[in-house]
Amino acid sequence: MTTDPRSVAGKRLEIAERTQILIVGAGPAGIAAARHAHRGGAQVLLVDEHPVPFETMGESVPQIWGGRMGGAVRNRNAMTERMLEARPDLVELFEAGIDIRLGTACWGLFANQPNLGWMPGLVAGLVDEGQGSHLVGFDQAIVASGRRDMGLAFPGWDLPGVLGAGAALMLARLYDALDSRRAVMLGSTPEALLAALDLIDAGVTIAAVVEQAATPAAPEDLVARIRAAGVEIVTGEAPRGVTSDADGVTGLVLRNRTIPCDSVLLGVGAVPMIDLLHAAGARCAFDNDRGGFVPLLGTGGETSLPGIRAAGDCAGIWPAKTADPALAEAEGRLAAGAALAALGLADAPAENAPQPGPAADLGEYRKAWVRASVVEAVAEMPVCQCEEVTAREILEVSPPRYLNAPHLPNLTRSLTQILGEGPPDPDQIKRLTRAGMGPCQGRRCREQIQALLALQEDLSLGVVPLAGYRSPVRPISLAAAAMPEDPAIAAAWDSWFGMPRQWVPFWDVEEHYTVAALATEKEHVSE
Amino acid sequence: MSANNPIPGIDAGDDNRGAPVIVIGGGVTGLSTAFWLAEAGVDVLVLERGITGWEASGRNGGGCSHHHSPLFAEEQRLWPMMDELLGYPTEFRPNRIRIALSPEQFALYGRAVANARKQGFRADDLDAQTVRELVPLAGDNVHAGHYYHFGGHANPHRTVQAYAWALRDRGGRLRQHVTVTGFRRQGDRVTAVETDKGVFGCDHLVIAAGPQTGRLAAMLQVDIPMRAARAEMIVTEPLPLMPLGGIDGNGLYGRQTLRGNLAYGGGPHEWVETEEQPGGPRPSTPLAGSIARRVAELLPKAAHARVIRSWAGIIENTPDGRPVIDRPAPWQNLTVATLSGVGFGLSPASGRALMQLVMRGHCDFADLSSLRLARFDRLEPDWDALQGWLPAAMASA
Repeated sequence: MTTDPRSVAGKRLEIAERTQILIVGAGPAGIAAARHAHRGGAQVLLVDEHPVPFETMGESVPQIWGGRMGGAVRNRNAMTERMLEARPDLVELFEAGIDIRLGTACWGLFANQPNLGWMPGLVAGLVDEGQGSHLVGFDQAIVASGRRDMGLAFPGWDLPGVLGAGAALMLARLYDALDSRRAVMLGSTPEALLAALDLIDAGVTIAAVVEQAATPAAPEDLVARIRAAGVEIVTGEAPRGVTSDADGVTGLVLRNRTIPCDSVLLGVGAVPMIDLLHAAGARCAFDNDRGGFVPLLGTGGETSLPGIRAAGDCAGIWPAKTADPALAEAEGRLAAGAALAALGLADAPAENAPQPGPAADLGEYRKAWVRASVVEAVAEMPVCQCEEVTAREILEVSPPRYLNAPHLPNLTRSLTQILGEGPPDPDQIKRLTRAGMGPCQGRRCREQIQALLALQEDLSLGVVPLAGYRSPVRPISLAAAAMPEDPAIAAAWDSWFGMPRQWVPFWDVEEHYTVAALATEKEHVSE
Repeated sequence: MSANNPIPGIDAGDDNRGAPVIVIGGGVTGLSTAFWLAEAGVDVLVLERGITGWEASGRNGGGCSHHHSPLFAEEQRLWPMMDELLGYPTEFRPNRIRIALSPEQFALYGRAVANARKQGFRADDLDAQTVRELVPLAGDNVHAGHYYHFGGHANPHRTVQAYAWALRDRGGRLRQHVTVTGFRRQGDRVTAVETDKGVFGCDHLVIAAGPQTGRLAAMLQVDIPMRAARAEMIVTEPLPLMPLGGIDGNGLYGRQTLRGNLAYGGGPHEWVETEEQPGGPRPSTPLAGSIARRVAELLPKAAHARVIRSWAGIIENTPDGRPVIDRPAPWQNLTVATLSGVGFGLSPASGRALMQLVMRGHCDFADLSSLRLARFDRLEPDWDALQGWLPAAMASA
């Protein structure tokens, strides 16, 4: 059997370690999964990226931290201590002997599938600041990567003090390092109001909840709890801007008033964090009742990639699940049970996964917010902060600013003229405008761009495709990404395919090409 | 800002009107061909199954230095004028420095330089110190380098769209999300293209559909031997611009983009099945780490730069890795093109050559004899197995 020496055939991935069940994310779902898998007799590796390096937090990765991390987050040991205080279950799991690694991010999951078949099995890339990257082989993975906040642009939203509602909660509860005392919440979804109540409990004053619609989005009982906590609910308003000083936001500007505050919390959408799963090739679809794009799941939380499962918020977010961690825990246990069964260590679990009820039209709600805040903004501001792309530039498919191209309002280049028969594709818009192409990897703008395109073309939100995620789903330095390598890869390395005749100059090409003729060597340009 | 009209088709009102020339494939080769045809006054229609430039045309290194090709001289002549010709920016920037980290690399890269010099292009040898002066991110590990006073690089995404827009400006049509299902023929002529959106009549057909070219041509009993492979690239966050973006070497192809990102690829590829239905996920693999290692070696002062994406592309290859640009027998009105994995940089020239093939039957500015399909007439039937080009599953079966 001939093999192409320059191909992956015969090359090995340097897999540094193996585990039976890899669990990504040590929130309620991940902890429950780890406990269940461990008790079932499996070898478990539980990783969580928190505490996240300070520099990474500054890039709004993986949450929109908005510069409101207290100075304490620079001290990673202290932050690890705080995480263990916040999640005492982790201590119990440590003591039970589970391999738990905090401050370790999973930047990629890799599975053989159509067009990709050479890997020795399921593989994950892990990175630990200071220790670089390595590969872990696993039999089953449970991704419990949680949620993040939908970004929402308004003039000044790129200033320190504008952060995600969930990010604020994480800083307050997990890091005990939220640098904010008085905040305004944008959005009145159940997730936003539950976050507001939790933040109040953590000692933050919520100066107001601002909702663009005429009435709050959350059910009455939750609205009543917010009002009972003394929080004003301002409806029919969207941010017109902020007041600020050298430390960032000092107030939120509405139509006729300014609400003093040191932070503005983005609470218009809680988004399942599917980056790892989508980048791995798991099929995802828009599900209104689960908070947006989520992986398509079979029994035991299995994605379209066999052996890779999802549990917790990344599998779907709905009010009851937000209110009660028991639902995420149930999903974690179920995924772990199914993973154990796949390993032959248990019978398949009989229970069913918790299911969401029908939700209000999430697409209309997010579009309405983007219309009120972004489209009707009184000034132009970046929607994509990394690459500084405005809503107008996105919709006009303008070349990026670094080209200094003259602005030509040329119909030929408009969005509608590049569509063809399909819906607008955010990845196509990204390639042309660079919106979503920066170091935050589209975390702040992805849902807004989806909504902008849907508004422009008068489509329902879910019709606009998901802007693709790519590994590494966390930015990692070239130096850290350089993992140990099979010497056979180095020995056969070529900048391209290393074919014996590809770069032979055209005046030296034989009239007929046969494989047999390759026995005669010709000078050629490959490594 | 919002529109109340239904999704506007690009050709609303045109419906399923055919065209004197139909090009199948909205990648860089098909679009360039269509652009040159429209520029010459031909009414041309491009049919694309997905989105323009979605596959390899938009996923490559953007290099424009194909010294081995009969189209090299025309490639070099055209690139500097493409922005003006198309009316849209391609981000083309001329010249390149290829860095060798060892005497072996320097000797190897010297072969390309010899090819270019033989065709009248200038390239200078650089010592290590000069390389470091010209390439601020280079390090102490430089052995030597070459400065190409030709070639360069462009932005694949922007170039593909520039072709598409320029085509439209000249009255050409592009329909995306149209899948070809068959052909109608009369004697030795193709008369129409059958698709999921209807039947489009044509006087001449061009097939330039990347990895799908072989499958489509086979429907017309034309055998274009090819196999598809997956290759990967990585990109970093933006860094301050170096004086010259066209920097590669150390077993890598790629560039610093005008935005400042380092975008590089290289290393092992994987032979895969040609998809019946293209457009599936294109996950990359941990090979990104091997590319990152070599970028950090090539540009050590960028080792801190963070990788923010990697991606994979599917590339078709003919048995010798060289393009096929031809009008295959017995058809009187069929032109086929596969650029065999190196189509981006050559696209201004290949499109112009294909335009001439369609309109005149031959190319007047380059000798395309080395790109004829007939060179495979004596090819072994099991050439793919003999070369080890079978997907792993197929090879082990």
